[in-house]
This record gives sequence, structure tokens and C-alpha cells, in this order.
Amino acid sequence: MANEPNNILQEVTQSEYKYGFVTDIDTEFAPKGLTEDTIRYISAKKQEPEFMLEFRLKAYHRWLEMKQPDWAHLSIPAIDFQNIYYYAAPRKKPELESLEQVDPELLKTFEKLGISLEEQKRLTGVAVDAVIDSVSVKTTFTETLSKLGIIFCSFSDAVKNHPDLVREYMGSVVPSGDNYFAALNSAVFSDGSFAYIPKGVRCPIELSTYFRINAANTGQFERTLIIADEGAYVSYMEGCTAPQRDENQLHAAIVEIVALKDAEVKYSTVQNWYPGNKEGLGGIYNFVTKRGICKGNNSKISWTQVETGSAITWKYPSCILMGDNSVGEFYSVAVTNNHQQADTGSKMIHLGRNSRSTIISKGISAGRSNNSYRGLVKITKRAENARNFSQCDSLLLGDRCGAHTFPYIQAENKSSVVEHEATTSKISDDQLFYCQQRGIDSESAIGLIVNGYAREVLSKLPMEFAVEAQKLLSISLEGSVG
Amino acid sequence: MLLQIKDLHAGINGKEILRGVNLEVNAGEVHAIMGPNGTGKSTLASVIAGRELFDVTQGDVVFKGQSILEMPVEQRAREGIFLGFQYPVEIPGVSITNFMRTALNEIRKYRGLEPLSGAAFLARMEEKKKLVEIQTKLTNRSVNEGFSGGEKKKNEIFQMAMIEPTLSILDETDSGLDIDALRIVANGVNALRSADNAIVVITHYQRLLEYIVPDIVHVLYEGRIVKTGGKELALELEEKGYEWIKKEMEGR
Amino acid sequence: MTNAPLNDVSLFIRWFDEHLKTIGRNDVPRWRELRKQAIKTLETTGLPKPTDERWRNTDIAKQLSLPYEQHFEDFQKDLDVEKIFACEVPDLDTFLITMVNGWYAYRNSALRILPSGTIIGSLSRALRDAPELVEAHLGHYAKMEGNPFAALNTAFASDGIFIYVPDNTVVSKPIQMVNVVDHPENLFMQTRNLVIVGRNSHLELVHCDDSHNHTAGFTNSLTEVYIGENAGVDYYKMQNVNDHSTVLHSAWFNLQREARLNSYAISLNGGLIRNESFVTLNGQGADANIYGLYLMDKKQQTDNLVFVDHAAPNCTSSEMFKGILDDYAHGVFNGHILVRPDSQQTIAYQSNRNILLTDKARVNTQPFLEIYADDVKCSHGATVGQLDSEAMFYLRSRGIGEENARMLLMYAFAAEVVGKIKIEILRDRIDDLVKKRLRGELSICDQCVLHCSKPDQPVVFEIDMSKI
Repeated sequence: MANEPNNILQEVTQSEYKYGFVTDIDTEFAPKGLTEDTIRYISAKKQEPEFMLEFRLKAYHRWLEMKQPDWAHLSIPAIDFQNIYYYAAPRKKPELESLEQVDPELLKTFEKLGISLEEQKRLTGVAVDAVIDSVSVKTTFTETLSKLGIIFCSFSDAVKNHPDLVREYMGSVVPSGDNYFAALNSAVFSDGSFAYIPKGVRCPIELSTYFRINAANTGQFERTLIIADEGAYVSYMEGCTAPQRDENQLHAAIVEIVALKDAEVKYSTVQNWYPGNKEGLGGIYNFVTKRGICKGNNSKISWTQVETGSAITWKYPSCILMGDNSVGEFYSVAVTNNHQQADTGSKMIHLGRNSRSTIISKGISAGRSNNSYRGLVKITKRAENARNFSQCDSLLLGDRCGAHTFPYIQAENKSSVVEHEATTSKISDDQLFYCQQRGIDSESAIGLIVNGYAREVLSKLPMEFAVEAQKLLSISLEGSVG
Repeated sequence: MLLQIKDLHAGINGKEILRGVNLEVNAGEVHAIMGPNGTGKSTLASVIAGRELFDVTQGDVVFKGQSILEMPVEQRAREGIFLGFQYPVEIPGVSITNFMRTALNEIRKYRGLEPLSGAAFLARMEEKKKLVEIQTKLTNRSVNEGFSGGEKKKNEIFQMAMIEPTLSILDETDSGLDIDALRIVANGVNALRSADNAIVVITHYQRLLEYIVPDIVHVLYEGRIVKTGGKELALELEEKGYEWIKKEMEGR
Repeated sequence: MTNAPLNDVSLFIRWFDEHLKTIGRNDVPRWRELRKQAIKTLETTGLPKPTDERWRNTDIAKQLSLPYEQHFEDFQKDLDVEKIFACEVPDLDTFLITMVNGWYAYRNSALRILPSGTIIGSLSRALRDAPELVEAHLGHYAKMEGNPFAALNTAFASDGIFIYVPDNTVVSKPIQMVNVVDHPENLFMQTRNLVIVGRNSHLELVHCDDSHNHTAGFTNSLTEVYIGENAGVDYYKMQNVNDHSTVLHSAWFNLQREARLNSYAISLNGGLIRNESFVTLNGQGADANIYGLYLMDKKQQTDNLVFVDHAAPNCTSSEMFKGILDDYAHGVFNGHILVRPDSQQTIAYQSNRNILLTDKARVNTQPFLEIYADDVKCSHGATVGQLDSEAMFYLRSRGIGEENARMLLMYAFAAEVVGKIKIEILRDRIDDLVKKRLRGELSICDQCVLHCSKPDQPVVFEIDMSKI
């Protein structure tokens, strides 16, 4: 009887990934492996201007000199970078105006995910820039947005149509040699999203992108750039699911955000890449560099993430708080189960006076997984009256998983205040019994309690996304963590 | 007969606490179980509810004609057994609304009923809140978190009202309550009395029984029910104290 | 003897080959084996670099680049210890063990046996006279992997202090270990201490090994402490050395079932001080409290590394480190709690609080938790800030001048650690030193045991701080 909760956890943690299916779309590949020629091929294929090729090549040469980082609390199998396709595009590269022109297979995929473009378009008013593999297939609401001067398009289109903006800001937040995976991305990125919100414009709808890895052995190298000009506001949502695969797939994305004076950017992610099976076979390697800069005074960048997927996650959405009175926020729920590994957290670099940052991280570990929070709070000399508050809680479900907290705090200004708190807990038998006595079975009870534990973060998601997030979380809740 | 307990022996870590409890409860009745501290009152409540901490070594508990000892906790709850906790646990981040809605719908599903619509559910919440004079909006409050002792107990009776159980076991619902809160809690319980359900009130003090008048009073002592009588037994106990029982038992 | 900088590992390897005979003249076989491993470890890992996780905030390159005299055997002629040393804590009655320039002061004396049966003396003597005791513990607790200075110490140290407390013994008064440094040249000293406390016993240990003259001494000392079943150790480390000194001290505590440890590291002055405490809770019910206080100014740096390894269930640990940093001072805290699988019912707490007094002072704090068991209560907190402005205002509104108000608050901040000290006389003394330190009245002569200093000036306080 005493083992009951463990049995429940075992049961709860053993259901299969629900989004494991493969869409059959004709795919065009670049030759396997990474050489200068691969990069020239990608650049030529995308008909890029010269500066893009230079950017890529420079990054490639930096990458050659770099070593894969090993400081994270992760055990990463050796990756054969020459055994990866660095470019895959749906062959029917369309110029679509209506959904009828979209590959029906693709539409089915979205339907399975419950995010059919049609529904989204008609009911929610969400503009969707859907990315399958690497090339943007369909962009909606462009007209509505363009009336406000908002640019929301694929990265490739931005390179073609707004080269000056791309040139000015690309690599300005995440330099091409920032880290191993950022350099790799900078060399070979295929596509992604681009958003520009002009001065004083409040983007009336949530901008949203659904990513999906779809071709076997295809590295995914998305690149997103969001620029909020002075006084602008935008809320951007990124969500992803991936089909079931046995071979590991590498995903090394870059997201750059620039917030100018008085601007605000909210970036929300729900990440549910294929985590591998119960034995830890397969699953996505998610090595992502996400960084925003609060460049102007009074600017604000807020990251919210719900991480339930990927075999290995290496991800630290960060804020450089350059402007005075700028604000950085990071809200995260990270769930790991079975053999998943996550090393995730945030960096808040305070440069501006009165800059403020908040980090709320809720880790949930189950099975034999390892879940680490790693964060840096740096207060530089100039950052008078800077404030940081960090709270990093861990919830352990089962006695074979790990929950770790690695905060780094560097303070060089006497007027700053930095506070870090962390706790580790488990779901108590009393809580489970209480719920069960009210007629709620143990699985739902765990779900309920975990949801409550994560509520502080979930409540930061935009309404449209909260449902999706809760659904994804509750899939892991009903099927994986409770 | 709603509940029948037959020669129930139960304990924890090999230590026997209940040593042959016999009890019969019919629909429409209110029973009070009294006794000094540490005689197994709370254990009895936990065992009926299905707490796995305790091992049942002998005897049976029959509810609505079937033995429930093999049933998991939630199934007993769905069958209609409600336990009002002596120390309700805090569940951070889980709102009472969400909690109750999940509970109610799971119970309804078990009974083959459709889930309540959002509107119907909220209406029911409002109605039942009045019963225990809860004014605050519960939607934003987490289950028992930051509640005062009185609020926690009111919340237990509120949940009882929401769930409408057939058998309610109220474990020391009166402990830690001031007289106003006690009155509110008791009024709530009285309003829920009907010919179809039964209530078992577990208490150390006679005070509560002035407000919730029992049909039958039992005295639990050293793991057995040693005396059963009408409500006047409670008064007698109050007057003579538990020493009386002890002496009488030792005298045997 | 050699005289060279310390930043070249190949030199150490050469010295090792040349001097092993001298260094290891009393070795038990185990230590000989460890020395060889140590030099190999050193050869592969090298000396600490800023890229090493445990050294990322403390760059020791400058200290290693200075030339130091290094002796592989005791180089001193007949010492009159009484002449150069008198304990500065009045009324503190202790069993005193003295080291001079890294060597046991009474080098020819036999191990001393106290009435309780406790044995104290030099490690080199213990190697000869009690080899089986040494063999059973030496090198069992300190890990060389990832700790280059522990490897260096293991390879080269040949003297230090040995304490053995038998089972069921309460040592009647504290044992005080002192290392006096009085040499005209910069010295590099490596000492190795071994403390064994038997079952149900209790030992109070006051460790002030770092009283230097004004040269740039470099101490790399390592202490292994075995605490037997249900035994208790109170360990006090006091540091008040000159601004040129480098003190690296690592203490490796190994606690058996129901054992208790209270450890205190009080750093009042020093050039670079690094205290490493490795605490392994090896048996059920073990309990460790690790306290630290650092008050630094000028260009001083303290670095506290605390690694608590919960290797058994039902253990508790608590860390509290507090620091006040003035001028250009730099404070570093590396905390790491490891809860191993199956170490259920662990309670671990970790706290690091810092006050920065200037914009040039800085703090790096890294309170880590690494947890592999689910039924645990672990929490940690770290703060960096300044004196509470509301409290300042409150005090000033009561007529207390700004300077005194600051002082009071700083004192109150430090008092939380000082108040945990169990030996009353020592607590009062440290309390006094903290007050003086905060007022800028503490000189290194205050705790220094050398006779080069003027007697203390009486300290007059405007307000009675003890009432706070």
C-alpha cells in the first residue's frame, strides 16, 4: 500500500507520445553534410543577396573553430554533423493566397494538431505563419497587418523584401559566433519568421508560428527576428510538435528580439517536440539560443515557455537590459519525463539604470529524467538600482529523477538588490488523498496539483495560447507526469 | 442500511488501533462518535474513507450493501462517502473552483451523468457558498492555502454541500472553531440533513452536538465502541467526563 | 629548498621526483601510493584555470606567478615557540598545537597523550608511531579529482597536525591549532592535518593557522576530519592575515551515523582567502551546520566553497554564509548541495547574503542544488543588496548618527553568524573583532600572534552594540 503513489506515477509516466505521426510531404534535400558548398547551395537556393552568404560563411568558419559546449548538466551523445541534411524544402513551393492551395496533407497535419489554419483564421483572429520543415508555406493576415505597417513574414521573404532591416538587426543580439549552436545556425539556417512593428503601433493580434519537424534526418535551423520599434507592442507565440522518429534530430534555432525605446515584446513558447520513447530512444535535441535586447529606455521583453518535449533541451531565453528602466521577464515550466534531459533557464544582464528582472522557473521531473535550472543574473557597475527576483522551484515525481538548480549571481553595484529563492518538493500523500477523497482519481489529482504548481507561469501566456499550453501540459499530465 | 461496520480491526505499522468496531448507520440518521483523544476516532474515519496508510486486518465495512475495503479512495468517494478532514491540506495553485469542478464531474461521470455546464456549476457554487456564509470569491483562491482554521472547516462543509454525499463523516469539524464559525458550520450541516443521507460526526466535545443534534451517540474507547445511546449520552459524558468511561471500563 | 613561481606544473613534477625521498621519508604505503596518483592527477589537470567551474570567479594566476621559497623538510633551527607566540584570546583555555612556517614546532617531541586518552601531535610523528590509525583515514576523504590543490597537497605535504579522539571521549577543552608564519621571504607552505574523532566523542577545534608577518605567504593546507558515529565536532576557522597573503584551506568532513558538525569560517582580513568545506553525510541522521562570515575591503577577496554531499537518508544540513564587502573587495560563494538517489528525508538549506558598500565591490554567488531523491526538503536563498534603507531611517529618526546607524545594521547583519558560535569566550572575542573590523579599527596585529605589534588600543564605542 505504501508504494501506491509510486505505482501511480509509473502508470502515469508510461503513456506514449500522442503527437507521433508523420506527414507524407514531398521533400527536397540539400546534399547531406556540412561544407562551404552546402552553405553556398542553401544561399543560392534561397536566392540570397551577397551579404547573407558572407554572414553564413563567416559563421561557418567561426563554428569550425569552436567546440560543442559541455558545461550543461546533460549527457549529449556525439552528433555527426556530416550526417545531417541541412536543407529540406517542400517541393511544391507555393505562392498561396487561399487555403485551398495548400498541400492537403499539410492541412491534415494541422487538423490533427487541432490548429487548422482555417479555424485559426476564422475564429481566433490569429495570424499564422506555418513552418513545415524549413520553408514558410503559408502566411495569413498579411494584409491586415500591412495596413498598420507591420511586417510579418518568413525570414526568406524578409531578406528579399526588407534587406536593410535584416542587415541592421540580424546577428545584433545573437552574434554569429555567440556559441557553438548559434554559429551553426547562422551558417545554415533555412528559414523562420520575421516581424517588424513600426513606431507607436500596437499589434492588434497575436503573431503565431507553428513549427514542425517533418523529414527524417533533417536538422532544423530556424531563425526568428522580431523588432519592436519605439513605443510598439507585440505578442508573439511559437509552438511546436514533432512526429515520432527513432533517429535523433537536431534542432538549433535562434530567436533575436530587439525592443527599442518604450517598446514591449511578449514571446511565448509551447514546446512539445518528440521526447523519445520510454527507453530514451530517439527524440529531438533542442539546442536553442534565444535572446532579446531591451535597447531603449523603458522597454520590456517577456519570455514565457512551457517545455514538455525534446529528448535534450539546452535553452536559455535571455534579456540584455540595456535601456534605463527596462524590464526583463522569464516565466518557465519545464517538464521532463522518462529519459528526457533539460538544462534550461535564463540570463538577465542588467546594464541600464533601474532595470528590473523577474525569473520564475517551475521544473517538474518524472521517470528517470534530469531537469536543471541554470540562470545568470548579472548586475553591472552602471546598473544603479537594478532589481532582480528569481524563484526556481522543483517538483519531483518519483525517486529516480533529478532536479537541479544552478543559479549564477554576479553583482557589481551596491544599490542593486538581487534575490534568489528555490525550493524542492514532491506531491505529498496528504494532497493526493485529499483529492481522491473528493472523487478525483490519482492521475487527475496529480494533473491538478501539477497544474496548480505551474499556474503562476501558465497565467502569463496569452489567452489564445493558454488553452494550447494547458492541453499540451495535460497531455503530459494525463499521459506523462500527472 | 447505509453503512455497516463489522468487527473492524485496523492499525498502522503493525500497531493495532481499531480492535473490533461494530457500527450500523441508516439513511436519515445522524450519529456522533465521541471519545478521548487517541482512541481511534480519526483512524476510523480514515479507514472508512480508504486511507492506505492504515492496514485493515480483520472485519468488514459494507456500504450500500457491498464491501468497500477493496475499493480505492476515489471510488468510495464516487459511491457517496465524504470525509470532512480534521486538518485539510493546502494545495497551492489549484483553485477551489477548478478543484470542485473536476471532482463533481468525475463523480458524475462515474454515475453515468453528463458533466455540469459551466453556468450550472457556477450557479451551484453560489448557492452552496451561501449555506456556509462564504462571501469571498473562491475562484481566485487555492484549495485551503492561506485559509484560517475557520475558513478551512467552512470550506469542507461547502464541498460537502457541492458533492451531496450519501454518507458524510465529519472528523473533528468543530476543533479550532470559535463559536460563530461553529454555528455557521453546524447550520450548514443541518441544512444538508435529509432522509436519504446520513452523517457521522466525530468529536471530542459535546459542544458541537448542541448545534448538530445526533440521533445516536457512540463512545469509542481503546479501539472499540463501548457505549451507545441517545443524545442524552453526550450530556452525561460532558457531565461526568471521559474518566467515567475509563473507570467503567477498568471496572469490568 | 626551491625558490620559484608556482605556475608551472612541470616544475612541481621535477621537484616531486627530486625530493620524494625527503618528502616521503615517513610515508605509510597508502600515502606513497596517493602521492604518485596525486602527481599524475596534477599532470593531467594542471593548476586551476578560470575556465574550471570551481575557479571561474577566482583568478589565482597572479598569486601563483610570484616566486616563493619552498622547503621539503623542516629548515628551522631550535625554535623557542613561547618567544614568538602567545595566544591572543584571553581566558581561552585550550590545548595548543603550534606550527611555525608550516612545520610542527616541537618537531622532536613524541605524540602527546591527554588525560582523556586523546592523542595530539605532528602528522609526521603519527606516521611513525601510529601508522595504522593514519593509514585508516589519511587520504580517504579528500578527493583529488577536480581539486588540483588537494592533489598538490597530497603530493608534497609532509607535516601537519594529527589529532585522535578515542571512542566515548569528550575532550575537556578546545584544541587550538595555530600556524605562525614568520620568515623574511615569501613562503609556500603545504600542511596536512588529520583529525579522527571516535564514536560518541566530542571535540572542539579552533583553527587559526594563518597568522602571517608582512610577506606574501601562500598556504595550501588540507584537513581531513573523520567524525564517528554519534560524535560531534565544532570546528572554528579564524582568518586575519595580511593583504598580501594567500590562504587556501580545504576541510574534508566525513560524518557517520548520527554525527554532528558545526563549522565556522570567520574571515576578517587577507589578500586572497579560499575556504573549501567538503561535507559528506555518510550515515543516517548526520547533521551539519556550516557557517561563514567574511568582512573584506581594499582589494581583498574571499571565496567560500561548500559542497555538502547527502550520501545517506535522514540527514540534515544547513549553510549560512554572510559577507560585507567594502572598497574593491570581491566575495565569492560556491554552494553545492548534492542529494544522492535514495537519500530520502533529506533536509538541506543553503543561504548566502551579501552587502555591498561601494560600487567597486562585487559579489559572485552560486548556490547550487543537485537533487536525485524526491522526498526531500531543499531550499536555498541568495541575496545581494545594501543596508535596509527603512531600518536606516528608523535608527536615524531615533537620533542615531548615520555612521553609527550603518555600523549598527552591519553589526546586526554579522551578528547572526557570530551568535552561532558556541564557545562563549571565543564568541565574545570574535564579536569584538567584528566590531573593530567594521569600524576600520582592526589591524592584522589584533589577532596576530607575532610580537612585532603594539599592544591594542582600548576600543571605545559610542553606543553599546551588545544591546542590539
